[in-house]
This record gives sequence, structure tokens and C-alpha cells, in this order.
Amino acid sequence: MSGSEKINVEVSKIIPLNNLVTRFEFKRIDGELFPTFSGGAHTIVEMKDGGIIRRNPYSLMSDPMDQHSYAISVRRDDEGRGGSLFMHNSLQVGDDMVLSYPVNLFSLDLRAKKHLMIAGGIGITPFMAQIKQLDRSQGNWELHYSARSPSLSAYADELLTMHPNNVHMYYDSENKSIDLENLLDGQPLGTHLYICGPKGMIDWAVGQAVNLGWPSEAIHYEEFLAPKPGKPFQVMLLASDKLVSVGENESLLEAIEREGVDAPYLCRGGACGQCETTVIESDGEFIHMDHWLEDEEKLSRKKIMPCVSRFDGKTLVLDR
Amino acid sequence: MSNFSFPESIKSRPTYAKLEARAGKSYLFVADAEGAEAIIDLASNDKSLMFKAHVIYIPKNTGKKYTSQLEKLDINQLYIGPSYTAAQSRLKRTLESSHMGLQLFLSGTEGLIGQAQRDAMAAGIPHTAIQSEHRGSVGRRMQCVHCKGITEDVDVDPFVCSHCGLSLFVRDHYSRRLAAFQGVCIDAEEPGNIPTAVELYK
Repeated sequence: MSGSEKINVEVSKIIPLNNLVTRFEFKRIDGELFPTFSGGAHTIVEMKDGGIIRRNPYSLMSDPMDQHSYAISVRRDDEGRGGSLFMHNSLQVGDDMVLSYPVNLFSLDLRAKKHLMIAGGIGITPFMAQIKQLDRSQGNWELHYSARSPSLSAYADELLTMHPNNVHMYYDSENKSIDLENLLDGQPLGTHLYICGPKGMIDWAVGQAVNLGWPSEAIHYEEFLAPKPGKPFQVMLLASDKLVSVGENESLLEAIEREGVDAPYLCRGGACGQCETTVIESDGEFIHMDHWLEDEEKLSRKKIMPCVSRFDGKTLVLDR
Repeated sequence: MSNFSFPESIKSRPTYAKLEARAGKSYLFVADAEGAEAIIDLASNDKSLMFKAHVIYIPKNTGKKYTSQLEKLDINQLYIGPSYTAAQSRLKRTLESSHMGLQLFLSGTEGLIGQAQRDAMAAGIPHTAIQSEHRGSVGRRMQCVHCKGITEDVDVDPFVCSHCGLSLFVRDHYSRRLAAFQGVCIDAEEPGNIPTAVELYK
């Protein structure tokens, strides 16, 4: 079976944090303990939304050592494909759900002398778990958290209360932004930089650090891409001998799964590389959305990441 | 000719490339013997690099051949010392007070490169972010896997461990943590059957 192992859970708490963000907590149905995880790990949440199964990745933001419950925080995206709306509008305490075992694509490098974290908006979630992990090991860390306004800064109060000397807040509503160049300048040797937030913020921070001579090994970032809707298209799965229609609001991977084909995946956000699929034949244009494939591979027309990428054209034949 | 291209070997064997200029806030060079040539080459392409540079240089047996050339390069801070051990406290102190954006360049013998890399890794620089260029002797820093003693500048195979006296086979198996190649007893199966020592890479 694809993806990591599954855990059957029920929703134990739903806590709205502000107008956009709600926290969901889960308990295991079988009464066993959850596995511990490392800060930065995510889980794939399976949602039975009417006739379709949605699988969205969310960062685990509970204490990594707490084996009694898992927690995620979900930002409502009114323009999205509906996963976050389902979580916000339809989910009730007591509902059954399926979570995947934790997978970490954004782990701390524990060789670092100092961890410098940059969060934008809901990008705070992986840091919540990382901070709990570092707190336990007396790690040296600093968080710079930028949000639209105090009322839309999830967990800022908790962070400021628990760690007044490590947490720095920046609010758009107060015209305050992170002075990145000054912040990066003068960091002690052995500092690692972690960025989680919107794509623009990641590009900006990574670009600044590289320009200042930071080694790429010391720069870590995580950006989950939600699969974007697009024009419907057809795909031939050669190994399974199936012709599949991909709808406007589903991803290629979701369409493949709907037809009962067990395709590999892990992050479902274009980051991990697990779902990489060989293209046998194509006549049309690839819409590559992932940040896994190298530019040359994208141009080669031989590979596609079905979790986020699409196709626009006459023929697409995949080795799946 | 101080350049030597090592034949392909096992994965653990370090490989080297030519030093190249990179964006950075400050530049730290550690070199020994013919390793000075790599710094001089780099400076000849970009003289201004040396204005922000701290160079730690150990001439070994090259006398004044390179020191007089280095002194002409407008190096911000040039230290010339008798041995790596003597320079080590300076290097460690420099790394401790350095900031992100420091670029580290190592050049010269494998023993020098390995030890400086080990100390830089301990200071938090990922080993893959350190540039190193081999120059000069192909002599190696060897650890005897039996008595754990280190023998410097080994250029024949097999060699006699300077600590326990066993005859050791020079392996390409390298340890970044120890900054040394591994030497293994060559006559363990048949004591006394020791091949004649030959010069490395000859």
C-alpha cells in the first residue's frame, strides 16, 4: 500500500484560534499510543468528503513526545480545492478519520550550533513542534514570526509567554517586517536557517542567505503546494491498462487513486519525490508545479509529479 | 608540479577540486607547503579577495619559497607557523568568533586538509561547504586501527606504525572524524610475510 502506515483516529477537540485558523486534535481509536515524531514532521489527513477522499498534508504541531494525541492547525482557504473548508465546516468532535504515520521532510539539523527560524502566517505550525523539541534538549533557537495582524497570529501569545526572549513578532498591520539582511548578518558560525511560509517569503529568505555566503546545507525550508485546479485532461495508465479522466478540481494523483490504482506518494505537496512517474508518451504541454524535479528533467518531458502537476494536450501515457 | 590527480577509489576517499572565489562575508585560508600555490592562483584572479582574508600558513619543508610570495599579496591577516598543532588554537579561536558567511579554503597536503576540516566541522561548518584543493606531497595521515596511534606524512605502503611497530597496509578508507586514513596489519594471516614497501602512487 502506498504512503506511510495509517492510524485510525477520532477528532477529540476542535478549537478555533482566530477567524482563519482552527486547531484539531486527534485520539487513537484502538487506545494504543501514537508514535513519537521529530519536529517538522507532517501527517496526511484523509477526509471522506461526500463521495471523494481528500488527502492533505498538515504539519504536526503538538509536542513530539506526547503520544496521547496529535494536533494540527488548519488555515481556512476559501479559494482552495475544499480540503480546509471541509475541515472547518463539516468536521465534528467524535468523527472518525485516518491519519498517516508522521513523515519529516523539514527536520532540524541537530549539528547546528543555533537554529534561526523564520515563519510566515500558518507557516508557524512545524516550528511549534520543533520548539518543543529544542526546549527539551535546551537547544539554542530564535523565532522570527511574521503575520498579518495580532488577531491573525496563531500561537503568538503562547509563544511570547513561554519564550519571551526567543520569539520576535512582526505584524503587517503595524508595518513591521523582518529586517532579514541585518538578522542574517552576524549570526554565529554553525547557525542553520529554517523558513516556512508563503513561496515569496521562502524565495526572499533563501536568496538573501545565499547572497551572504550561507552554505545551502544550512538553509532549510518547507512549502506545501496545494494541487491547483486546472483544465480537465485524460491520461492513459499503461501498466494498469486504464484510461483515466482528471477532473478540474482533482489532482492527477487523486484521479489515479479514484480508479483504484495504488500509486506511491508521501507528501502530496510536490516536495518529497515519492510519486515521481515516468512519462511514456506525450503530445501537449506539461504544467509542472512541483519543486522536486530539476529544470532539465522538466524540459525532458520524461517525468511528472502527479501530486501537484497537470497536463494540457491530446495524449499523456504514464508508466503506472 | 604540485598537482596530482588521484585515481578513482572507494567512496570514503576524499576528493579535491580547485579553489574558487565565492560570495562571502570573510575568507579564511588554511594551507601548508605547496598549498600556498592554490592561494596565490586564486589571488591572481581576484586580488581584492585577500583584503578580507585571514591566512594561516604552515611552510613545512618549503622554507621561504612561498612565504615571501604570500607576503606580497596584501593579505589582511597572515600567520605563518611551524606546524598544524601550533596553529590549531589560532584556527579554533578564529572559527569560534566567526559568523555565517565565512568561506573556508583549505589547500596543501591531505593531513592538513583533513585536520582543518575536522576542526571546522566541529565549529559548525558542513564538510560539503568547505573548499579544499590538494597540492604537494601525497603523503597521508594514517591511523593504526590496532593501537590507534597516528603516523603523519606516510608516503610508502606498507609502513611501520610509529607507535606499536606493526607493518600496516595503507588503505583508502578514510575517517573525517579522525582526519586520518586507516592502516591495517598486513601480515596478520602470515606473520613475517611483509611485502617490500613501495612509494604511494608510483
